[in-house]
Amino acid sequence: MSENRDRTTKEPLFHISKRVSLPMWLLWTIRIASVAAALIVCAVVIVLFTGDNPISIYKTMIEGAIGTERRVWGLVQSTAMLLCVSLAVTPAFKMKFWNIGAEGQVLIGGFATAACMILLGNKLPPALLMVVIIVVSIAASAIWAVIPAIFKAIWNTNETLFTLMMNYIAIQLISYYVYKWSVPAGSGKIGVINSGTEAGWFPELFGQKYLLNIIIVAVLTVFIYIYLKYSKHGYEISVVGESENTAKYIGINVKKVIIRTMLLSGAICGIAGVLLVSGTDHTITRDTAANRGFTAIMVSWLAKFNPFYMILTSLLLVFLQKGAIEISTVFGLNDSFSDIITGIIIFFIIGSEFFLNYKIKFRKSHKEVADK
Amino acid sequence: MIISFIQRAIMQGIPLLYGSTGEIITEKSGNLNLGIPGIMYVGGISGVIGAFLYENSLSSPDAANPFLIVFIPLICCIFGSFVMGLIYSFLTTTLRANQNVTGLALTTFGIGFGNFFGGSLIKLTNTDVPSITLSLTSSYFSKTLPFASRLGVVGEVLFSYSFLAYSAIIIAIITTLFLNRTRAGLSLRAVGENPATADAAGINISRYKYTATCVGSVIAGLGGLYYVMDYACGIWSNDAFGDRGWLAIALVIFTIWRPNLSILGSILFGGLYIVHNYLTGIMPNINMGTQELIQMAPYVVTIIVLVAVSARKKREDLPPESLGLTYFREER
Repeated sequence: MSENRDRTTKEPLFHISKRVSLPMWLLWTIRIASVAAALIVCAVVIVLFTGDNPISIYKTMIEGAIGTERRVWGLVQSTAMLLCVSLAVTPAFKMKFWNIGAEGQVLIGGFATAACMILLGNKLPPALLMVVIIVVSIAASAIWAVIPAIFKAIWNTNETLFTLMMNYIAIQLISYYVYKWSVPAGSGKIGVINSGTEAGWFPELFGQKYLLNIIIVAVLTVFIYIYLKYSKHGYEISVVGESENTAKYIGINVKKVIIRTMLLSGAICGIAGVLLVSGTDHTITRDTAANRGFTAIMVSWLAKFNPFYMILTSLLLVFLQKGAIEISTVFGLNDSFSDIITGIIIFFIIGSEFFLNYKIKFRKSHKEVADK
Repeated sequence: MIISFIQRAIMQGIPLLYGSTGEIITEKSGNLNLGIPGIMYVGGISGVIGAFLYENSLSSPDAANPFLIVFIPLICCIFGSFVMGLIYSFLTTTLRANQNVTGLALTTFGIGFGNFFGGSLIKLTNTDVPSITLSLTSSYFSKTLPFASRLGVVGEVLFSYSFLAYSAIIIAIITTLFLNRTRAGLSLRAVGENPATADAAGINISRYKYTATCVGSVIAGLGGLYYVMDYACGIWSNDAFGDRGWLAIALVIFTIWRPNLSILGSILFGGLYIVHNYLTGIMPNINMGTQELIQMAPYVVTIIVLVAVSARKKREDLPPESLGLTYFREER
């Protein structure tokens, strides 16, 4: 301490530098530690509110998420839906294009699906109707997503704010049509579309309602992984994401990449819309996307844009949601409880990123003073 | 009818004004805080919790201390939203987490927090009341100027609001003066435009980011409190606050990052929010669907402004240049 005082410049207590790389075991230790820390904090919160012991509460959570066969299917289905939206936002994020409009893009896709089911449900043969639904929905979402991208490419319009606003335009547009098409008229609800004919519904595979959804999302996961990792497009996306100037220098047409990637992002959101309306709900409301557009951003970020890690992160979030809903039912609490738990977990995981990316060096010859 | 329309529009606009002023201060430091909707929920519910506990501890409504009944919800609200701002600053500035992800997580958390306590407060405190109705607290919060009713039309349009409404306008004006007329305001803008340059000029980046974000959150949180205590007459219902938080962020862009313009902008947005109620008088065949289309208008005009601003590329109208980016000194 006395030596330090002699110096003209004061050495700070610690300094932070960027890590070059991290051994695999440390990477996972930090990640698992952060989840564990988050679960401990959640346990404290839960005990404060319910007064029960944390072990039995986590048992309740697991029970709620995977207690019965039906719940397991529900869990897998919800995970698949969240994963699908996450896959959609990932290419754009990798390019550092902050598309937070997935909510609206999914809704527009779902809306297109519902519109086809309502307007063409009795006019086309089922197979043709399915094709029309898929094409129209994908096109609708892709167009919805590419509008901000075009402005970004031409005038560098802030895409975060633009896509955010597009969400609410989509929501209001759908609210308008929900009133217009409501059954019975004026009720403000569309209800199950084509419940008699099941036109435009996804077929059941092996007696499982959601199996087709899950298979489609699984295929999509592999496709996005290959697309990002092994295709020329994927390479261009990562170069633009790392440094736009480098991309320009090596002759990548940045504007083209932005527009093309957002078209892809939108198209996958369109698929998510089809899966939600044709494959799951068979109706449309302004809540059909159920905040997945926003949650997907966290899923994608936590998984470092790797589609296979995204399976884990989306499973984690959906599991927590289902579990927390069960806790609130059992203890008579409000089911928004799950959002609090999700929030806490995400705070911890994104907080732990810091320790993955940076290392802290403490001042030498000094008692260690850890502030965390 | 016109007068009551203007009145309602202003009352609708006040929460948006709080939210957008708070967000402008935050964004000027380069932090794009997408947690504002959550923070406004937390501000509202914190005030509600404080008021609820205080009201239930009273033996009779007459026993209420006029100072405490305003002070307790106010301080709870400030504390709740301050903590939210602190979480955001700690994660994005100290731990350098991604701002968009942090903000969205904060919104999820905040809305969940609001709805959870809104739905469970009665059970958690074991009180036997059917719903959270804080009419006593609300009656103090919505006290208007005593001479308002005696001034006729002028009084109704200009002086019939509660102290929180006037504070919103005063805060917006002070913020404008602070940003444009003071040294600290200049430094704050420098931090948001180019932190590396500001750092070289000897400005403490972290301190400015922390302060701006926390102060911004507190201001936004007051918007939530105003909504519950004055606009909603002290009745908390889940999700009633709706998408006003996002509308506040839209307002920031619509007014091109200027709190003084926000005062007018918030009234305009507030008017668009409720105009359908008044259109039924003129156009009897207007239906619920059309109302939804009218509510789309604020977002559409915001996008138009956003595009126009980016196309004109006038330096002072653009978003702060480092908006949404984390700053790390060693990484240049």
